[in-house]
Amino acid sequence: MLGDRVFAAVVTLLAFGVVALSLGLGYYLYLGGAQAIERFGFWGFLTGTTWDPALKEEFGAWPYLVGTLLTSFCALLLSLFPAIAAAIYAAEYAPRWLVGVINYLVDLMAAVPSVVYGLWGIFVLAPFLREKLFLPAYMWAAENAPGVLPYLGNPSGYGFFTAVVILASMIIPYTTALARDAISLVPQAQREAAYALGATRWEVMRLAMLPYARGGILAGVILALGRALGETMAVAMVIGNTNIMLKLLGIPLLYPLFGPATTMPSVIALEFKEAVTDIHLSSLIALGFYLFLVAFAVNLLASYLINAFKVGGQRA
Amino acid sequence: MRSLQARYNRDRFMMALLVLGTALAALPLLLLLGYALIEGFTSLNWDFFTKTQKPPGELGGGMAQAIVGTIILNGVALLLAIPFGLAAGILLSEYPEHPLNPPLRVLSDTLNGMPAILKGLLAYVLIVKPMGGFSGLSGAVALAFIMLPILAKSTESVLRLVPWTIREAGLGLGLPRWRVILSLVLPAARAGVVTGMLLALSRAAGEAAPLLFTAFGNVYMQFNLLQPMDSLPVRLYTYAVSPYDDWHRQAWAAGLVLLGLIVLTSLLARWATRGRQ
Repeated sequence: MLGDRVFAAVVTLLAFGVVALSLGLGYYLYLGGAQAIERFGFWGFLTGTTWDPALKEEFGAWPYLVGTLLTSFCALLLSLFPAIAAAIYAAEYAPRWLVGVINYLVDLMAAVPSVVYGLWGIFVLAPFLREKLFLPAYMWAAENAPGVLPYLGNPSGYGFFTAVVILASMIIPYTTALARDAISLVPQAQREAAYALGATRWEVMRLAMLPYARGGILAGVILALGRALGETMAVAMVIGNTNIMLKLLGIPLLYPLFGPATTMPSVIALEFKEAVTDIHLSSLIALGFYLFLVAFAVNLLASYLINAFKVGGQRA
Repeated sequence: MRSLQARYNRDRFMMALLVLGTALAALPLLLLLGYALIEGFTSLNWDFFTKTQKPPGELGGGMAQAIVGTIILNGVALLLAIPFGLAAGILLSEYPEHPLNPPLRVLSDTLNGMPAILKGLLAYVLIVKPMGGFSGLSGAVALAFIMLPILAKSTESVLRLVPWTIREAGLGLGLPRWRVILSLVLPAARAGVVTGMLLALSRAAGEAAPLLFTAFGNVYMQFNLLQPMDSLPVRLYTYAVSPYDDWHRQAWAAGLVLLGLIVLTSLLARWATRGRQ
């Protein structure tokens, strides 16, 4: 029928917009950054350690790439225990009324805007960490182990560790939500069988549930990693934004624990408005292109895992 | 086999750990909500909603231009995103055999996970650069990019909840497929579709990063989409990193308003779906 064909064509055409947008995202970011990528080379730009918009006009992504990866992985590690504990507790053991509360809080946590986390980070978390953790640790190290001082960095409160704490609290809900769904997908017979054998609650979880939910939990963790990689405002507001790195075996690989660091999204957000030269703008967009590549790979992996383990985790 | 007592102890220990972990997970949110409520409430006043920004260092003023800007930017973004997002959702749910479906599903999931700032960069390359200046329109397009995959996903999942018997009844009465979708399936899923729109809206409404170099921000009231336009998240960010106490106070007020908006939309969304199921 003509009507059907027209409707299907219109729907397909519009839906193709989503496909075009995903592909166009990578393509146009590459085009926008092409000038920088061509001038410094694909790998040259990636491994370049100089970022000098003013004098030499030389740009390299390395300090930002390392900053992004380090903050994201550390935040992921820090968030694992609370996120998965909350998922297990909410899915299996919490009283019914509390489940509703936990689920609502998790949803809300994912919806709180990045700038609000940043606001809280600037005025509450950073001063707190400075007074209660950074300064005491720094004073102790100054007296007992002056060798580690450069690795601790300036304890101003705005820096690497503060950003990691903020990031960790922001990504908890992503891991929790997916892990919770994965655990609740485990067949009821599975847990009843384990209980019937006389297992304790923890043994049921450990032996009958977690192995089945493994894939879904992993997908949640990967997805949370993807979120952490792209998180912008909150990180930009508390991380201090300096690309001076510490050397490990002669290679710049680390940022001081308490001191200022930087990430790809935050440098894009902060420098874009001030970028006046074409090559500086292009370098910032090129950073976005590399961020796209990393985020694309991570998200593809997450969506593969989610689909692969959808059916009660049989393939785990 | 370990002794029964040891197993009980271990069980109790692990349960305590789980409770501790859950408390740890909720702690940042509760602290954040608490501070936003206390700092925000004491900072909110009538001027905040009705006046525009005062010059730096001068007390008073408000964020009227940012509130209006946020409404315009997100409204236009939603209008732009709805046709594409709905179509993608309809294709995924109603045409399962369509060859575009597998890539569409994967790409819309990936797009959803893509950093918002990249969507802003795309809007910059596509619109700001060719048009030669920052504009509300480019900001709305960036926000639409953020809304699109959320709309597609939520539309698909609510359409799937509509019983197949409804479609069969329609087709059995001799209605063409497109009439079945438009007149039976979509209306049956109306509440869910609206919920999806609310979720997309609340997600985009809090974004600052993609607006920094598209809509840019503006200290004056602006209704023209081709001019730079202000928004609450961008204004909040600017004020939070400024050195003025009065601006810090207003940043907290903006944070509370944003949080309030999000709680309100999530409650509305819950209420809309509850009425249906």
